[in-house]
Amino acid sequence: MSIRVSVVGAGVIGAAVARELSKYEDIEVHVVEREADVGWGVSKANTGIIHAGYDDDPEMYPLRAGLCRMGNELWRGIVAQLHIPALWCGSLVLAFDEQERRTLEELRERGVRNKVKGLKILDRGLCLELEPNLSDEILEGMWAPTAGVISPYEAVVALAENAVENGARLHLETTVKSICVKEGRVTGLETDNGFLRSDFVVNASGLFGDLLSKTAGVDDFSIRPRKGEYFLFDKDVSPKVDVTLFRVPKPTTKGVVVTQTADGNLLVGPNARDLSGHERDATNTTRDGLDEVWREATKMVSSLPPRHSAIRTFAGLRPEPDGGDFIIRTYDEPFGLLNCVGMRSPGLTSAPAVALKVVDMLRGLGVPLTLKAHWKASREPIVKFRELSTAEKDNLISSNPSYGKVVCSCELVTEAEVIEAIRRGAGTLDSIKFRTRAGMGRCQGSFCVPKLLALLCRETGKPVEEITLKGSGSELVKGRVGRELT
Amino acid sequence: MREYSSDVVVIGGGPAGLAAASSCLEAGAGRVLLVEKEAELGGILPQCIHTGFGLLELKEDLTGPEFAEVLEERALNLGAQFLMNSYASRLWLDEGGVVVECVSPRGIEVVHGKCLIYAAGCRERIPSEVGIVGDRPSGVFTAGTAQTLMDLYGLLPGERVVVVGSGDVGLIMSRRFAVEGAKVVAVVEMMKHPGGLTRNVVQCLEDYGIPLLLSHTVLEVRGKSRVKSVMVCELDENLTPIGGTEREIECDTVIVATGLLPEVGLLEKAGAEVDRSTGGPVVNEFLETSLRGVFACGNVLVVNDLVDYAVEQGRLCARSAKSLLDGTLQRPEAWRRSAAGEGVRFVVPQLFSGAEDVTFYARVKKPKRNCRLSLREVPMDIKLPIVRPAEMLRISVKRDYLSKVERLTLEVVE
Repeated sequence: MSIRVSVVGAGVIGAAVARELSKYEDIEVHVVEREADVGWGVSKANTGIIHAGYDDDPEMYPLRAGLCRMGNELWRGIVAQLHIPALWCGSLVLAFDEQERRTLEELRERGVRNKVKGLKILDRGLCLELEPNLSDEILEGMWAPTAGVISPYEAVVALAENAVENGARLHLETTVKSICVKEGRVTGLETDNGFLRSDFVVNASGLFGDLLSKTAGVDDFSIRPRKGEYFLFDKDVSPKVDVTLFRVPKPTTKGVVVTQTADGNLLVGPNARDLSGHERDATNTTRDGLDEVWREATKMVSSLPPRHSAIRTFAGLRPEPDGGDFIIRTYDEPFGLLNCVGMRSPGLTSAPAVALKVVDMLRGLGVPLTLKAHWKASREPIVKFRELSTAEKDNLISSNPSYGKVVCSCELVTEAEVIEAIRRGAGTLDSIKFRTRAGMGRCQGSFCVPKLLALLCRETGKPVEEITLKGSGSELVKGRVGRELT
Repeated sequence: MREYSSDVVVIGGGPAGLAAASSCLEAGAGRVLLVEKEAELGGILPQCIHTGFGLLELKEDLTGPEFAEVLEERALNLGAQFLMNSYASRLWLDEGGVVVECVSPRGIEVVHGKCLIYAAGCRERIPSEVGIVGDRPSGVFTAGTAQTLMDLYGLLPGERVVVVGSGDVGLIMSRRFAVEGAKVVAVVEMMKHPGGLTRNVVQCLEDYGIPLLLSHTVLEVRGKSRVKSVMVCELDENLTPIGGTEREIECDTVIVATGLLPEVGLLEKAGAEVDRSTGGPVVNEFLETSLRGVFACGNVLVVNDLVDYAVEQGRLCARSAKSLLDGTLQRPEAWRRSAAGEGVRFVVPQLFSGAEDVTFYARVKKPKRNCRLSLREVPMDIKLPIVRPAEMLRISVKRDYLSKVERLTLEVVE
């Protein structure tokens, strides 16, 4: 009988672990996710930066320091294999006074210890050459050429799709209530959809990592949400930045970032506000928080687009572990539990390296790992009509006229792309949005929401009242007009 | 790939584009090809099932779909050609005039025109643009999305509604919800006066007992999956929230009706100069943009309050296109500028030659009573009993006046 490994949480960690495990024979991989889609927790709302790896002190945070630089290298291969939008734009840490200048030097030394390549301290003139939109106040900058940005939500979709194609099973809208333990061994997961027998459980439940671990009797860490708020601007705004810009880091945060996203939007944020353990879903934005982000960002660059022209403001939560370092642990008792949580920054960057480490640890627990003869490393992306040449567009439309029906005009997304997303499992408006960008442009779905709703009904056969924005409870309409008045 | 060519290409089959197409054909401006992204003509009119359309144009009070039908039939009867379901995704100039690349289920359509009339309409201001923070649940719609859902798809977006913005769009949508039996719990307006016409305040809110909260703003939307409530508060004279006035209003839907913005993306990418005060292109008295041979009309030029103005602008574009094709369009060596003076937010057209009579459109910044619209440089002065930002001012100025000034400043003073 094959060994069953259940991964709790389909964020970037869970998805990366599942993909890594899908390489091996005789392991049945199950991924359990409470949301209606993958990547909707911590993984969805962050800067998307693939850090170079100079931030983390290898003595204080050995896991972060080692896995970040390694993750950066691994992502380069993965984004190519899985067709994940990525931009290797490099990053600059900006120093505005003497003390910050000294910090740059420390960062560089730390980077060298972490084996980060190409770090250089640049004077003001060279910094301005790299990024003309810098503030006049800057003294020096540390250039990290290996930093980049990826689309974090497309990354999770791609990893999960690839894992599923290689045999992993994904259970969406399934909440794990507890990890079941019998005679010192993990036996499975109690979920709101029934019991899932499991020999090993990888707890990758992000913000809920400590609560879930407690259900298995393991109480050796705690997680606190740390909120970050962001402004997102349209692709076509001016001015933007070419390079990812940081302030010198503080103990709690790398600070507000001004960057492009992998899709070419301008992104500004996050601040860092510690919340209580009861606020693990407090992804609301606040006036104060956004004010703070804006104040910081305006110090870094010479100009930004008008604040009110942001097409979206949003907030994400980082799962801050009490010790500061990632928690990747197994236990003598209960045997079979692997906690893989506390993935604060640089969690996204580290994810592929974390997945390798998790597999290694499972091997250490005695899981037999034999590589499959036919493992599919690549994944076909959904065609991005907007990126094609005129001739390619025309050819595609002749083969399938749905490519000639523009659904989202801001982002030039066609009906064929939306249908393909639905075919791949996108069952909600947000799922379509994060896979195709329909609704991500300057009108934020004002024009395409009704069309997407109609397409979801047509393609899934569901009644319109059941179509949701982002899963059960977020239905879009209340019924039909012309009802009897009550 | 299909290639088309025409004397005049019109982008957008709404009221401005349809009127422009018809007027071109009536004036004998040659062949007219209209590109429309949807399967139906009429632009936004088919979903505006309330009346109030065609009052000036036809001296009739029609619904949006009825008015659209009139415009559509006229264009069809005159022999306009249409490319339906064709989305103009790229625009550039070449020696022959203008080229537009369109995406349609028939393939890529490349349309060549000797000139172009751009009538692509507008979009709505979105929640982040009006500073709404909080959660991002289902149930937050722009007024236009809600109207599309209700009047084109027959769907009810919500049952307990807060409307943000008391312009005519917000007022009309409030009534639309009330008529469907939904409870409109509040219309929230930042200013101390309603944004829309008085008759709409009476007919859309008062007649249905819908409360209007003036000098209020929505601070925050709450709800994880679906909207549960909004936090509102009072604003002081400077539109700053007054501490201690926050209160929570339970609702399942938030309708954002806070204004429209010209959809100029395609023009701007092609290099057209944009006026930050209108959000539309800078145009001269021919409604020609800074791209030669590219004219603009309707809500992409300037957000109109009356459809009749969009039609009027469409007609002017047609006359200009005809002159251009006849070789009689007289552009001066240097344009004179119109300017928004005291109390005025913008003036369109922004450029004039002095050789033609010009109709200017303008909006005021704030409502005023018993004031005067005056042109600083010329002796024209019009008494106005009341002016409001919601209502476009329209003023025709003779060339006798315009020829004598280098600049024209519109002011609204007490």
